[in-house]
Amino acid sequence: MTDLTSLTLAEARKGLADKTFTSLELTDAHLSAIEAARVLNAFVMETPDRARDMAKAVDEKIAKGDAGPLAGIPLGIKDLFATKGVRTTACSKILGNFVPTYESTITSQLWRDGAVMLGKLNNDEFAMGSANETSCFGPVANPWRRDGSNTTLVPGGSSGGSASAVAALLCMGATATDTGGSIRQPAAFTATVGIKPTYGRCSRWGIVAFASSLDQAGPIARSTRDAAMLLRSMAGHDPKDTTSVDIAVPDYEAAIGKSVKGLRIGIPKEYRLDGMPAEIEKLWSEGAAWLKAAGAELVEVSLPHTKYALPAYYIVAPAEASSNLARYDGVRYGLREQGKSITELYENTRARGFGAEVRRRVMIGTYVLSAGYYDAYYLRAQKVRTLIKKDFEDCFAKGVNAILTPATPSAAFGIGEKGGADPVEMYLNDIFTVTVNMAGLPGIAVPAGKDAQGLPLGLQLIGRPFDEETLFSLSEVIEQAAGRFTPARWW
Amino acid sequence: MSVDAATVRRIAHLARIAVSEDEVPHLQGELNAMLAFVEQLSEVNVEGVEPMTSVTPMQMKKRQDVVNDGEIADDIVANAPATEGHFFLVPKVVE
Repeated sequence: MTDLTSLTLAEARKGLADKTFTSLELTDAHLSAIEAARVLNAFVMETPDRARDMAKAVDEKIAKGDAGPLAGIPLGIKDLFATKGVRTTACSKILGNFVPTYESTITSQLWRDGAVMLGKLNNDEFAMGSANETSCFGPVANPWRRDGSNTTLVPGGSSGGSASAVAALLCMGATATDTGGSIRQPAAFTATVGIKPTYGRCSRWGIVAFASSLDQAGPIARSTRDAAMLLRSMAGHDPKDTTSVDIAVPDYEAAIGKSVKGLRIGIPKEYRLDGMPAEIEKLWSEGAAWLKAAGAELVEVSLPHTKYALPAYYIVAPAEASSNLARYDGVRYGLREQGKSITELYENTRARGFGAEVRRRVMIGTYVLSAGYYDAYYLRAQKVRTLIKKDFEDCFAKGVNAILTPATPSAAFGIGEKGGADPVEMYLNDIFTVTVNMAGLPGIAVPAGKDAQGLPLGLQLIGRPFDEETLFSLSEVIEQAAGRFTPARWW
Repeated sequence: MSVDAATVRRIAHLARIAVSEDEVPHLQGELNAMLAFVEQLSEVNVEGVEPMTSVTPMQMKKRQDVVNDGEIADDIVANAPATEGHFFLVPKVVE
């Protein structure tokens, strides 16, 4: 039954509806695949008993003809989502053995629609990283390797476990979160489809907070259609998140296969970087040609403040993180390191519980918010953010429907290869994705080709606020033209 | 702008993160690399630009002023490292 894992979510939905197989069989096939793929380190907690119980319950519902849109579909959940009764750590030692007594809104909606939880997925600690190397559970391996090489590569981050598990056929889809590129960059590194919806589209309630004005959850899946199906269940208004928007959730799947004829696609000249690898350049032109062949109109656009997005991000995100992470104090939950005074208890707990990258970002955030530096750093960065958003608004006002860019400046790299001496080297991974978070826009990464070494590369489409549907239509055109990419199994 | 060793120690204390003396030079280097990277923002003309306060323009939502949650003290303290009854335990704060 292992071939059940190679179905897309849409195919599995049909098989379940036709009673070709049960959710329990589908779930068991994935549980076996997970067990055989532990070397990837994609899961930090497997929940086989719970998965089988959920599958059996949903099989009964399917038999009664009372099945939700994701009935019987086994999913992986990023360890940033609170799952009631199941350890949730954000892959940080500071959360220790935290077992939530509540369920995140997004996961509760997935279970409401019949999905089955296989377990919790690895990520960068508090989602801070671009290679899944900062997790307290260790790095995740990318199921992709360079042609003829045994070198283990990173799956990207922070949703590295999600991307790796979906690419390696360990789950049919996964939840992920994106603060600066954490859905789209790992999707590009693993030939999966990942969408970061518009800020406010999905509830953030019950997701461990990193940078609240940038964080947004979305799915990683093996096809555009699968991503559309998952987003429909994940999205929606939630009174428990004041930034969640009260707009009806469209049937995103209906956008798949919709004509893109006459759509105006912007090609931003500022994304053409000096020293950009020729194969990225080629992939980008190819993607543009596919959209043109499907009837879209290509226009060159300018987003003049693009180069300032990453530096502004590295002020705004750490500032918000330093505030959000103040709650980890060793008193109410998680790790506690003793101290003679309460201050010493805080300091020891946080020194021991946070990893190096998190400590660094909390400290930078503390600095840019501290007396005397707030105006020079934080306030200026928020003004620059207004300008970045305005660049996009000007572009959309000229009739542009979506913007096409590369998803990442390179393919996946080796574990330990980047950021050792200078953290900024790692940060540059998010150069094409971070603008989208700064402007709160939706962005999708779709596999579009391979580099000379056989590694997948992705393209990014950026949309107007709350116009995820156009992104799905365009992404489908690229997917149909580029085909799907599956890694050769070595684990 | 760059930070010196004393500033690194001050930030660490503000952030309530214990930092040992031998970590200071390394942290100082990393923080200065980040500050050097963000320095380029000073070349942007932000004259008259409003700082972003809400990425998606929307009305502030308001809730009914009613009690709709509570009576879950067991849940609240369930994950605490040290408790007594429904209280969190900490080292003595007031002598």
